[in-house]
Amino acid sequence: MSANIVYAILVTSLATFLSRFLGAVSSEGIKETSKLFKWFNCLAYATLAALIARTIIFPVGVLIDASYLSRLAVVILSLIVFFISKKNYVYPTIFSAVCMAILSNYF
Amino acid sequence: MINKEFFLKGYKSILKHDSPAIALGCCFIAIGALLKNLGFNIQESIFSTMLTYALPGSLVMAESLLVGASLLNIFLAVWFVNARLYPMAVSLFPLMMHESQPKWKYYFSCHFIAVSAWLIMKSNYKSIPKEQRIDYWIGIGSATWSIAVIGTFIGFFSSDYLNKDLMMGLAILNPIYFLCMMVGASKTIQISLSVLLGLVLGPIFYFLTPEWSILLGGLVGGTIAYLIGELNVS
Repeated sequence: MSANIVYAILVTSLATFLSRFLGAVSSEGIKETSKLFKWFNCLAYATLAALIARTIIFPVGVLIDASYLSRLAVVILSLIVFFISKKNYVYPTIFSAVCMAILSNYF
Repeated sequence: MINKEFFLKGYKSILKHDSPAIALGCCFIAIGALLKNLGFNIQESIFSTMLTYALPGSLVMAESLLVGASLLNIFLAVWFVNARLYPMAVSLFPLMMHESQPKWKYYFSCHFIAVSAWLIMKSNYKSIPKEQRIDYWIGIGSATWSIAVIGTFIGFFSSDYLNKDLMMGLAILNPIYFLCMMVGASKTIQISLSVLLGLVLGPIFYFLTPEWSILLGGLVGGTIAYLIGELNVS
């Protein structure tokens, strides 16, 4: 293994584990009925939503080459499939991959 | 030790019709292919997924390596991106804490905190007795973690057959799956507003500070949603 890559992996896993471990330790004194728990619950959902929006609107990796319009079209169409399929998670997910692959081929 | 019945019940949760197994697997196929293209060998790719087990963090590491960033830069960039795991842990572990369970289970299983496992646990915890929830959680975490490792393995060896269009399809799949799960989980005013405000504020804050946009979007959006929800109740 290349030393640089191994160090990068170790540093990445340490940075990731830190947030998880601190979260586990600091939740010891928090009751699930407390206001603090409710607040953290809101923070978690809002942070995840912000992450999803950023991934779609300002992506990193291969998605950066797909146009805004095609990404927006995939999101809207997938949500329509989600509601039509009575909130099934698998159909819109598979649909999004197929739709993105087709759109990126033409736009 | 770990209760086998609840561990297996958690493990089998990925076999349900609406499980994240397909979405998660496809995303890690993309990661496996990406890591191979970056020059990782199979051991390094698997090692990376096993130890990190967080998609955005792996992407940031890959990007940073590509531009020759220092280890300190990689640490800080990954820490910022994955800091969302902190509120996720704080909003999950109190649901599983039980005095009869040893603390090592909680410290060990915090490694499984990731969006897919977190969302499965959040939608199913009420059907599990509190004492057994940690074993159920370890089952869910082990299952999603296994899928991630298998996905990386497949992605690494199939990278030569994946063209750019297919890679794009695999890359959009994960945010769409999470988006649907978040919309599906929006059953109270607080959660619905949190999701809505996070979706709007995250990109807005990106224009001010790209590094902090996710955390700021989450903090501001989540706090506003919490306060409105509390006002509504009172």
